[in-house]
Amino acid sequence: MDRVPLERKVLSENDRIAAELRARFQEHGVLCLNFISSPGSGKTSLLECTLENLPRHDRVAVLTGDIQTENDANRLKRFHFPVKQITTGGTCHLDARMIERHLADWKLEDLDLLLIENVGNLVCPSSYDLGEAAKIVVLSVTEGEDKPLKYPSIFFKSDLLVLSKIDLLPYVPFDIDAAVENARKVHPGMEIVKMSCLTGKGLHEWMMWLGERRNACKPLAQNTAS
Amino acid sequence: MGNMHELGIANSVLEAVRTEMGLHPGTYPCKVGVRIGEMAAVDPESLRFCFEAIVRETDLESLELGIEFCPRRHRCLLCGNEFIVRDYDSRCPQCATLDTTCIGGDELELAYLEVEEYGPSTAGTKSTQ
Repeated sequence: MDRVPLERKVLSENDRIAAELRARFQEHGVLCLNFISSPGSGKTSLLECTLENLPRHDRVAVLTGDIQTENDANRLKRFHFPVKQITTGGTCHLDARMIERHLADWKLEDLDLLLIENVGNLVCPSSYDLGEAAKIVVLSVTEGEDKPLKYPSIFFKSDLLVLSKIDLLPYVPFDIDAAVENARKVHPGMEIVKMSCLTGKGLHEWMMWLGERRNACKPLAQNTAS
Repeated sequence: MGNMHELGIANSVLEAVRTEMGLHPGTYPCKVGVRIGEMAAVDPESLRFCFEAIVRETDLESLELGIEFCPRRHRCLLCGNEFIVRDYDSRCPQCATLDTTCIGGDELELAYLEVEEYGPSTAGTKSTQ
C-alpha cells in the first residue's frame, strides 16, 4: 500500500477559475462584491437601495442568483444598469464557473463595480470563491441574534456584516448589541453597518464603505493602464 | 439543501481521485483522506453519506473516505502560543490577549490517497476498468 500526498483544496477547480476571475477584476480595476444571506434577509433590497443611490452613468453591473425565476433581475433592471439573472436550477450556491459564463458577453473594461447576489443560503455559498474582493453577509433583525454563532463560516469569511431591517427593531425581540458581539466573537474586528432600506437609516454609512472599497480598487487599474 | 452542498464536495473529491489515479497505473485507490475545518461549512457525516451514495455500484465502490476534522486554531501575536479556540473564545490562554490570528479551521482539503497494486487475484477483475 502506498500513500500519495494530495495536498490541495477539494474545490481546486472552482478556486482556479475564481483566481482567474480575481486577476481579471484586478487588471480592469473592477471591485467585485459577493452578497450572501439567508433567503429573505434583504439582499435584493440592499442592492435596489444601492443602485438607486449611484449616479446613472456609473459603471456598475449586477449578477443575481436564484434557484428559479427571473424575479430579482426584473426588480433590479429598473435602475438601468446591466443586470443578469443566474438561475442555478437547483444548486444552492453560485460557483466561479457560473460567474465566468455569465460575464462572457460583458466587457470588464466597461465596469468599475460588479455586485453578485448569491443564492439565499447561509451555508453553501461560503465554500465557493467567486473571485470577489470581499464577501458581505446580510443578517436581518427578524432572524436570531445568535446566527453568527450557528453559521460561523460565512461570518468568519465576510469583510462586512450588514444588519438589515433595523426599522423593525421596536417590534421584534432582537438584541442588536448581542448580534454585534456574536459576529465579532466569530470574526474579531468585523466591520458592521446597521441599516434599513425602508427608512434609509445607515445607508450613508454603507455607501461610504462601498466608496472606500471602490477607491482602494482604483489605483491598480491606473497602474496597469499606464 | 445541505446535502446538495456536500454532494458537490463529494463529487469534487471523487474527480480528484480519478485524476490522481491517472498518475498511478497498475494500482487501485483504497482510501482518500480529506481535512474538514470546523469553519468550512461542511458537515462530515453528510459528506460521508453523499460520498457513499455516489461510489455505490461503481468501480470505486470499495474506496474509503477518511475525514480529519480540524478545529479552529489561533496563534497569539504577542507570545506566539498556538491554541485551539473553544466556544469562540479567541483569547490567548497564556497571556489573555485578544490579539490573536486564525491559522486553521477553514480547511477543505485533499490530504492523501492510498493506492494498492493489483495483485494476481485482483488483476483479472479490476484492471479491466
